[in-house]
Amino acid sequence: MNGILGSDLLIEITYLIATALFILSLMWMSTPTTARRGIFAGEIGMALAIAGTLLHHGIVDYKLILIALVLGTIIGIPLGKVQMTAVPQRTALSHSFGALCVTLVGTAEFYLPREAPMSRFMMAVLCMEVILGALTITGSLMAAGKLQEWLPQRPITYKGQNFVNLGLLGVAIIVAIVLVIHPEHTQLFPAIVAIPLVFGVMMIIPIGGADMPTVISLLNSYAGLSAAAMGFVLNSKLLIVAGALDGASGFILSMNMSKAMNRSFSNVLFGAFGQEQTAAAGTAEARPVRSATAEEAAAILAAANKVVIVPGYGMAVAQAQHKVRELFDSLSKRGVDVKFGIHPVAGRMPGHMNVLLAEADIPYDRLLDMDEINGDFPQTDVALIIGANDVTNPAARNDASSPIFGMPILDVDKARTVMVIKRSMGAGFAGIENPLYFMDRTLMLFGDAKGFVGNIVRELSGGGGH
Amino acid sequence: MKIDLLTSLYVFMLAAFIGFEVIKRITPLLHTPLMSLTNALDAIAVVGAIILAGEHKTTLAAILGTIAIISATSNIVGGFLITDRMLKMFKPSGAKKA
Repeated sequence: MNGILGSDLLIEITYLIATALFILSLMWMSTPTTARRGIFAGEIGMALAIAGTLLHHGIVDYKLILIALVLGTIIGIPLGKVQMTAVPQRTALSHSFGALCVTLVGTAEFYLPREAPMSRFMMAVLCMEVILGALTITGSLMAAGKLQEWLPQRPITYKGQNFVNLGLLGVAIIVAIVLVIHPEHTQLFPAIVAIPLVFGVMMIIPIGGADMPTVISLLNSYAGLSAAAMGFVLNSKLLIVAGALDGASGFILSMNMSKAMNRSFSNVLFGAFGQEQTAAAGTAEARPVRSATAEEAAAILAAANKVVIVPGYGMAVAQAQHKVRELFDSLSKRGVDVKFGIHPVAGRMPGHMNVLLAEADIPYDRLLDMDEINGDFPQTDVALIIGANDVTNPAARNDASSPIFGMPILDVDKARTVMVIKRSMGAGFAGIENPLYFMDRTLMLFGDAKGFVGNIVRELSGGGGH
Repeated sequence: MKIDLLTSLYVFMLAAFIGFEVIKRITPLLHTPLMSLTNALDAIAVVGAIILAGEHKTTLAAILGTIAIISATSNIVGGFLITDRMLKMFKPSGAKKA
């Protein structure tokens, strides 16, 4: 008896230390200088908690556990080695895996024979765990499929969509309530797994590619909350803390994303971010724009003191980040102060653009957030926009009739010269014309991002010091 | 049992507050690695799955528990790996180019 109590205490102590390490891990994530220490703390915490759990006296079958741990590792290694452009879909997939684990454990707990019936509160939490888990499984799979472009990126909408979706969720919640009141109706349980599984698919169908950063963050939050619910059911404080931290993180990130895209708080909470922007009435009058060659652009850049490069996902699609790094090096060598202005939704998930630029060896202290860089534009000689459009559209600031009015943007139009690398004059994602392109101070650089930046770099090195 | 529940609620509430305060301070620069890290940490759910599979109370519990361990472990391994790979890329100005 003493021995058993002793090992239980030991297990709880490993969990306590793991909890502290998890919190430290996130605290150290706050800056790039301490972040890797954060991972280390997380790894130690994880190893301790797993080792502690293996001491659990009820465990009779170590073979299954070992096989599963090995199999999971075999699957996990390639998932840790994906390309940086594929990180968003990898993240969505891992939300799905996390939710799968939680849902399966919840299901098993429901069917476990127990001496005393589960309390009502416990049953309610278990239902919440399974509903949130199940919708996150399929929702994240759908998101991953859209990001990987296995599924069509464009939103698919039909009449009464919100009614159908909310109806589905409503039915699942009603079934859960019945189960809480009459737990003996165990035949109802499959419904609270199956309905949310369908709901997860339906929820993502109307959501377009550009809304993915918000969706991934929201699913992250759901995955965390379902894990916290599992912690309640298993009475595991460690799991409650880890789930709450993950839930809070996903929640904050989705709030950030929704603010950056000018969507309301409730819009995010209810996941109703699917509606397509109604394109502004096509004023297709051909207005004149000024364009420039790579040679002219290189000359202007070389003569500048301060340059801000604004990259959008188009840059990553064109695989131009390494050429951009060459441009950065070449200008920096000439004493030009080059910074990057990063909009929160540049990329396919929160912070994605920073990772892509860091991968191209651009120092992180040159990567500035929208709020940090916006004050700099009036003193900037050249704002160079590569593959970004709507996040630079001044209409968001001063045209109340614009569909993106109110969206925070990078104030590139305040720079002395604006250069935009763009394939053609086609409208942006939201189908909105960008008045930036018609300003007197704007030079359009028509061409493929990678090729054009390469040409500028060649001109800069060819011209030598002048 | 009732007390356990209340304690759990307290723990959840405090952890949520800590989470908000800590996450708010994380630079947007690192939001992608943050998400992959929290994803790995969240996979601590593996402890519940280990007990389920290990106790082998019913065949169903053992099967579901085993699959749950596999999916959580892949998140732990994959999540820590990719977070570390990403963070290694973040270098300050003047650092040696890789």
